[in-house]
Amino acid sequence: MKVGRAWIYMALLVLTVFYLLPVYVLLLTGLKSFAEADLTRMWNWPTQPSLAAFAKAWEKLSPNFMNSVYLVIPATLISSFIGSINGYVLARWRFRGSEILFPAILFGMFIPYQSILIPLVRFLQSIGLYGSIPGLILVHVVYGIPITSLIFRNYYASIPGELVEAAKIDGASLLGIYRWVMLPLSQPGFAVVAIWQFTQIWNDFLFAVTVTNKPAQQPITVALQNLAGSQIIEWNVQMAGALLAALPTLLVYVFLGRFFLRGLLAGALKG
Amino acid sequence: MEERPLDPAPTIGVPRVAERAVPVPRWQQAVREVRHRLESGLPVLLITPSVIAVLIFVYGFIGWTVYISMTRWNDVLPDYTFVGLRNYIGLFQTPRFQADIRNVVVFTALFLLGAIVVGFFAALLLDQRVKGETFFRSVFLFPMAISFIVTGIAWQWLFNPQTGINLLLKYAGYSGPLPRWFTDPTIMFGVKVGAIQVGIPVALIPVVIAATWQLSGFTMAMYLAGLRGIPEELREAARVDGASEWQIYRHVILPLLRPVTLSALIVLGHISLKIFDLTVAMTGSGPGFATDMPAYFMFETTFRGNHFAQGAAIATLMLLLVAALIIPYLRYSLSRETEL
Repeated sequence: MKVGRAWIYMALLVLTVFYLLPVYVLLLTGLKSFAEADLTRMWNWPTQPSLAAFAKAWEKLSPNFMNSVYLVIPATLISSFIGSINGYVLARWRFRGSEILFPAILFGMFIPYQSILIPLVRFLQSIGLYGSIPGLILVHVVYGIPITSLIFRNYYASIPGELVEAAKIDGASLLGIYRWVMLPLSQPGFAVVAIWQFTQIWNDFLFAVTVTNKPAQQPITVALQNLAGSQIIEWNVQMAGALLAALPTLLVYVFLGRFFLRGLLAGALKG
Repeated sequence: MEERPLDPAPTIGVPRVAERAVPVPRWQQAVREVRHRLESGLPVLLITPSVIAVLIFVYGFIGWTVYISMTRWNDVLPDYTFVGLRNYIGLFQTPRFQADIRNVVVFTALFLLGAIVVGFFAALLLDQRVKGETFFRSVFLFPMAISFIVTGIAWQWLFNPQTGINLLLKYAGYSGPLPRWFTDPTIMFGVKVGAIQVGIPVALIPVVIAATWQLSGFTMAMYLAGLRGIPEELREAARVDGASEWQIYRHVILPLLRPVTLSALIVLGHISLKIFDLTVAMTGSGPGFATDMPAYFMFETTFRGNHFAQGAAIATLMLLLVAALIIPYLRYSLSRETEL
């Protein structure tokens, strides 16, 4: 059995190397100078590790990084709030058509967004929000409705019905129950939904690249992709830029990982 | 169910008793009536804005896209002349689209296999009461937090034929011909069908590895949750019956994990059918469209080439593909939910 344990740890180690390898390569290359970050010496250590590539990447990407910040914060807050209200209604109230309504809303989170992109762009152009961060906020709030409603519905369904009954007996109205019973108990639900939306919106590329056309308005993912496609490839700057773009969601993952995992599993409809 | 003290029942009846004792003025009754109506209508009222948004932005826009796909709008200016299925017929005759269908099917099959195998294997290892489980779990899961663009950039560097993994192969003393990875136009097991070779495009393999790297943590987490949900007594009972550890996994654990596998296949499958960012960042269309995907073709033909009707037709076909996977799954999982 001793030998068996050793094999288990060996296998875990191999997997760990597989998962960490790309990050190691990003970091290694990002710490090099332009001259050293070439194809033949990719695995060599930098002779003089420096943050110069990170500084240059930041100089190029910071406006887009900030665009992503201005996009992700309002979009996450608004869609969490909307999801909370919808989830509350869907979990607690039965009305005519409610059992059809829920899957009809859910379907919206699985569709390939290509199937709505052309009308979406026309619509945004017609209301003057095409190519702007507010336009992207609207898009992420609307297409965030299914997943945020789903997570909150499952969360509120797990709050004991007795609490709601007790509040009803005390004369609380529907909104009163939401305000005084559900909301105070909602923090874990909000954490799961907010982290999920934050990660999704920060990492989004498809909406970002179709809804924003001017480089000054583009979120970080699009700018990073454009950086990679430029004429002279500065590998060190590109890798440093990729790490910068990944940093916010990585930090969220490191510090709030358990909420992240719950959001992930909720996406499989299990709650 | 835990026992809890009964609520003092009389409180329910009190207001009604009071109502009967003192006659209520008619205007107050009216107010109460209106309030009651509002209260019962409020849930509907609260959810209405979202329902309208979903109706317009999901269903309305899908309808609009389907309509566009049957028009002549293949230029900058909209032209809503109805042409029936002409755009669809044209698509299926386009070699690029034929290659896209082959690519997305092959990619999805290989990626699902990779994610299921790696994720299940990782979950099995973590289920052996290992030290540092939290650390390993976090390491296997962190790629889920990263964007496909970053993943694509990192793996493109690793699979660059002039460096990365090939350089490691050279260091290891390998002197044969080096793999050309995503620059290789070869189609393995190729059989000529229509204008293209149907088989496994070699250039797709690095993309499959990158996608497996990114998303196998999800299957790991699902399998681990599934394994943890299997009561120890079941394994114990099998042991008592003289089953070996291998037999326990084969005949007790695996069958119980089947629903987990189904969920993972559906969730990852619908992501895979829509794959876009990863190939954009990593390979683009690839040599001879070997890594081109419907989502990328749709994007290019619509927003770079202004062939809106053709783009809408690709989008509609993608939607049908995903719907064929998702609608049965939604029905299945929601019907199970109501049984519980």
